[in-house]
Amino acid sequence: MTRPDLEEILELTDTFAEIGRRPIPKVPALRGRTVATVFFENSTRTRMSFDTAARRLSADTLAFAAGGSSLSKGESLRDTVEVVASYGADALVIRHPMAGTAHRVAGWTEASVVNAGDGCHEHPTQALLDCYTLREQRGAIDGMRIAIVGDIRHSRVARSDVLAFTALGAEVILVAPATLLPPALDGWPVTVAHELDPLLGDLDAVYLLRMQRERITEGLIPSIREYATDFGLTADRVARLPADALVLHPGPTNPGVEISAAAAADTRSVILDQVVHGVSVRMAVLFLLLGSGRNLNRGDTGGGD
Amino acid sequence: MSIVLRGGRIIDADGERTLDVEIGDDGRIAAVGTGLSGDLDLDASSCVVSPGFVDLHAHLREPGQEEAETIETGARGGSLGGYTALVAMPNTDPTTDCVAVVEQVRALGRRSTCEIVPSAAMTVDRAGTDMAPMGELVDTGVGIFTDDGTGLQDPRLMRRVMEYSTGLTRRLGRPVVLAQHCEVSALSVGGYMHEGEWSSRLGIPGQPAEAEELMVMRDIALVRLTGAHMHFQHLSTASSVAMVRGAKAAGLPVTAEATTHHFTLTDAACASYDPVFKVHPPLRTDVDLAAVRAGLADGTIDAVATDHAPHAPHTKERTFDEAPPGMLGLETAFSLTLGESGLDLPEVLAVLSWRPAAIAGIADRHGASVVPGAPANLCVVDPDETWAVSGATMASRSSNTPYEGRTLRGRVRHTICAGEPVVIDGEARR
Repeated sequence: MTRPDLEEILELTDTFAEIGRRPIPKVPALRGRTVATVFFENSTRTRMSFDTAARRLSADTLAFAAGGSSLSKGESLRDTVEVVASYGADALVIRHPMAGTAHRVAGWTEASVVNAGDGCHEHPTQALLDCYTLREQRGAIDGMRIAIVGDIRHSRVARSDVLAFTALGAEVILVAPATLLPPALDGWPVTVAHELDPLLGDLDAVYLLRMQRERITEGLIPSIREYATDFGLTADRVARLPADALVLHPGPTNPGVEISAAAAADTRSVILDQVVHGVSVRMAVLFLLLGSGRNLNRGDTGGGD
Repeated sequence: MSIVLRGGRIIDADGERTLDVEIGDDGRIAAVGTGLSGDLDLDASSCVVSPGFVDLHAHLREPGQEEAETIETGARGGSLGGYTALVAMPNTDPTTDCVAVVEQVRALGRRSTCEIVPSAAMTVDRAGTDMAPMGELVDTGVGIFTDDGTGLQDPRLMRRVMEYSTGLTRRLGRPVVLAQHCEVSALSVGGYMHEGEWSSRLGIPGQPAEAEELMVMRDIALVRLTGAHMHFQHLSTASSVAMVRGAKAAGLPVTAEATTHHFTLTDAACASYDPVFKVHPPLRTDVDLAAVRAGLADGTIDAVATDHAPHAPHTKERTFDEAPPGMLGLETAFSLTLGESGLDLPEVLAVLSWRPAAIAGIADRHGASVVPGAPANLCVVDPDETWAVSGATMASRSSNTPYEGRTLRGRVRHTICAGEPVVIDGEARR
């Protein structure tokens, strides 16, 4: 997405954030529309966030959940998608453990498709809510110096954030042990560091990624202890951040691993703001795809694309 | 019924001349000359008459995966592609690792429109733990052994298979060929495309070029130790090509093939996330593609093979990780080699016909020069005709061609297999 695309969504998000603060946070913008969440991977937060967003827009919601592979039932992905679409879904919100799934699904259905995370590839609405959070705190993202710390290699959040943060004018530093970086970074608008401590005093934001225990059995890191020692955001490291720096995390956190409980509770942490903004951003995305783009508060359900 | 191929330019290992070819009803070439006549007159003007093509690497899926392909449909596709002989890979179900399955494949092959040359697994069930009954298989005429689909991981067992094969030369009447799919699985496991810039960007876990190269390196060392004839299947990386070049320069008994997709497509194609581009070894980079072409040009790579790997359509409608690897190749190989390998026409025919025929040990009947008395395994190709690729209209039971919609130059007009006109004017006769 280009900067104007991102800015359009972020500006529209302001409107929905306002709706979220009303006593009755609901508008009839997508009345009669159906949003299906199609999750092939366990996720509580992202699903709830999309579900809440759809309900606040008065859309009907459908949920399909399959742990991991549909292959176990002998059904191809395409079969599954066609079945869900046949329930009348106007939008399919897809989460899948393999990269490219939402992209493929979009070619098989007339419904709008939202990528809610595809393997190690992208998680676009997470990046949007991260941008919205940074913008809300700082006014603009231009010129910010942001470190993304952790398992970049397997992170769809990192890939989407790199694209979005840099499109909006930030400088991004990827901080990770060499084994947790993508095999090749040609063409990525980033710099790379293998140590966090030297960077701390000069960051506007530090974005911590979730560390998973499987990375030990895969031979990528020696131990969680060593990772936490070198890359975990402890109270001591938070204290060395500039006073107005921000701490972000896509959740759920592993307290004591990539972020200590004290660091997560620090005033610089905006982790809960991210969750709140997630609903607003997803309302904006669903509205752009399914709504008319006009007459927000009057429940115009015509048009759409 | 006698047949005359009229007015074509004959190109074979002996060179080039424009003459008619008469094929007798004994399935052999009766005469080569001018003004010949026969019961069936096939126009070959503006075309090239070549010894039929030989594919060292075809997955015909029978027995076991008849939904994707059968020997009959695979051979029909081969005929349409100008092939008269196909080396059938042993990753069938059951595995072609014993005389019974080899004989089944041969029996099915005899009713098809190509000569089907079964290869057999090096290890029982291609499991990489116990040696297959190579002596028994050699006694029935099997000359190529491979665990294709996987490489034989255990270096100790690979050494023993190589040593054992050298003791079978007299029984076969020529050296046994061991064909290796070079891939160190410890490095490739969990990778679905070439590891590099594109895999990093796309978020598809990759497998490094070194997974292939380490096994090429190991096997060259073991060839030096044992003297076995090693054929490297589908070389795909620049370093692999360089190592084979070095091994040949050192006089080691190694040969190599490249597939059409490894000199026509790169890993950038995976950006579509369409598993029609998923294949093992994976599509590599521009640099590797250029190295494969250079390897063909200087003879490091002896043959173009298809690695024809049909997969039923629904299996490619899965995600990139779950879809099986492989793509169709038999009907597009000639056009792609002519158009994109960088080789001139006589070399194109050499890498498709007589060089692979020699590796397969069937040079007495395929790839042979077009002279009276030779078995009539021939194809007639029009180097200038263009055609549009359509998986749906191919003879294969599957349609997983990565070239869908492309217009290619060079088309097979007629194919004669053992004297039978199995393709006439681009149409399969049966």
